[in-house]
Amino acid sequence: MSERAVLDDAIYGSLAEFESADDLLAAVKAAREAGFRRMEAYTPHPIERVSHELGHKNHLPLVVLIGGALGAGSGFALQYYTSVISYPVRVGGKPLNSWPAFIIVVFEMTILFAAVAAVLGMFALNKLPQPYHPVFNASIFELASRNRYFLLIEARDPAFDPITTPAMLRDLTELQVVDVPS
Amino acid sequence: MSVKDQAGTEPPREPILAPGHDLVSITDKISSLVLARGASRGWFVGVAVCLALVTLLMVSLAYLLLRGVGIWGLNNQVAWGFAIINFVWWIGIGHAGTLISAILLLLKQHWRTSINRFAEAMTIFAVMCAGIFPLIHVGRPWLAYWLLPYPNTMGLWPQFRSPLVWDVFAVSTYATVSALFWYVGLVPDLATLRDKAVGRPLKMIYGFLSMGWRGATHHWDRYETAYLLLAGIATPLVISVHSVIAFDFSVSVIPGWHTTIFPPYFVAGAVFSGFAMVLTIAIPVRAIYGLGDFITMRHIDNMAKVMLGTGLIVAYGYLMEIFIAWYGGNEYEVFMVKNRMLGPYAPAYWSLILCNVAIPQLLWSPKIRRNVRLLLAIALIVNVGMWLERFIIVVTSLHRDYLPANWNMYVPTFWDWATYGGTIGLFVLLLFLFVRFMPVISIFEMRTLVEPPHDEGADHTGLEQTEVEP
Repeated sequence: MSERAVLDDAIYGSLAEFESADDLLAAVKAAREAGFRRMEAYTPHPIERVSHELGHKNHLPLVVLIGGALGAGSGFALQYYTSVISYPVRVGGKPLNSWPAFIIVVFEMTILFAAVAAVLGMFALNKLPQPYHPVFNASIFELASRNRYFLLIEARDPAFDPITTPAMLRDLTELQVVDVPS
Repeated sequence: MSVKDQAGTEPPREPILAPGHDLVSITDKISSLVLARGASRGWFVGVAVCLALVTLLMVSLAYLLLRGVGIWGLNNQVAWGFAIINFVWWIGIGHAGTLISAILLLLKQHWRTSINRFAEAMTIFAVMCAGIFPLIHVGRPWLAYWLLPYPNTMGLWPQFRSPLVWDVFAVSTYATVSALFWYVGLVPDLATLRDKAVGRPLKMIYGFLSMGWRGATHHWDRYETAYLLLAGIATPLVISVHSVIAFDFSVSVIPGWHTTIFPPYFVAGAVFSGFAMVLTIAIPVRAIYGLGDFITMRHIDNMAKVMLGTGLIVAYGYLMEIFIAWYGGNEYEVFMVKNRMLGPYAPAYWSLILCNVAIPQLLWSPKIRRNVRLLLAIALIVNVGMWLERFIIVVTSLHRDYLPANWNMYVPTFWDWATYGGTIGLFVLLLFLFVRFMPVISIFEMRTLVEPPHDEGADHTGLEQTEVEP
């Protein structure tokens, strides 16, 4: 293990550049068949086919649901507390807990909390903001936000080999394959 | 629809992206608007004019703080005046942005892609302008925070049965969600700017704003989920906001306000005025920055159609107001309608009918929908018309109420106009800054138009088969 550990420490992974989404998808499939699991694709725009192929769990909808429920609950609790307990004002003989009049604020609070949960949840689950990431060390990576598709196989993957893995990637693309320093 | 009318040189249905574009050309064209050094003389002149108007706004607000709301044309009868007219007008304008970014996304109208970014920006800027008015209208703006529920030494809480408190929640939620939606949409494009920017300061700024976005597939996955959920959340929100604003009027027992048609008719009016404003912005921006390949005639045509459709709903609302006043047999309602049509504000009423009902009928003609100059003129007329609508709603109902002894006239003063003009200057100034410093069209969404995902889901459509006829 010792010699590999030294090598692995030096590099974060192997990064391959692709011309098109189809090439990338083919490479992801090939890498999965070769037994790689710790890999990530980088694309200039979302591609469902690739994310389907990489496969992972997405808990965001649950986060948003919890956010919305919290918003609804706190919205009603706020109005109930203020209108019934803390500052009761009886208007026209109507009940203090005049819930139909509370619907709108409950609704708006549901929306507000759900939206905030969606945005903060998305960033948190993606571990963003993260200004530094080893993949930025590869100079070709600037094109990931322009017109190139990238596949990174991490050195942490048990199947990773600093010699054969880049070689395999080179067979899959006509463009560059580089080592990403960690 | 208009396939036959277009016989001739043009193809039957224009693409939503001009042919010949690829990932590189889209990225470079849109980002170059931001990253190009310097700015044109026209931009500086525009900013200077807007800054002058913003200065006027500052002076008006300072004078208001000094003297109070008495500097406006308000009186005991018409206590709502310009502040509420302008508030409703600005909020309404914002609605088109959310409609384009959220509702059209859910309806899979892919043509929205090239207009959603600046429509959302327009929403935020319009809501900012709108937000000024209720705050300064409360009389003592330095106590405006009393609108919020917070534990205080006075032992008081807001009255949650009041539509004015609902308004606080609706508008602040709307502003927050619109800003979040806009920012989330910007993140991948900010990353593009970070990668393309030359020089460390720019790279740092865009790098900071993009949060280190790197386009990882796992990130895109959650990103798309968040975006879709936000669209789903924003859709009922946008409808609720103008409904709540309509409640401000319709929950009160004032002739002309106390009607159930107000919420839907306000929402339609909001979308109508919003699309007019989107066109008012899109047509010059498209011409000045040469974005005709991205904002094609098809977009212009579709927006004109939405304007026509919502304009017809608004016309129906006007008709129903008159019909229900007669059918309901309430003498005060009947008087209010007569007073609107024949009273001292009749010229404003008939101008509103001309601007909002008569002139938009020109949009039935495909030739007019494709004449950008004429369309810009119509859009401006609709903007004016929708402002007049709010003027008529606020003023004619209030200035002559139940007791003739109470009747009064409302005449806006210089400071009314100065504050209003100042917010227009602020709005346009923010747009100028936006166009210069942020990508005006969503780059990453435009990329998906070049590379249509043809996966098994079949719910994504390519360029050719995306239009649903209105």
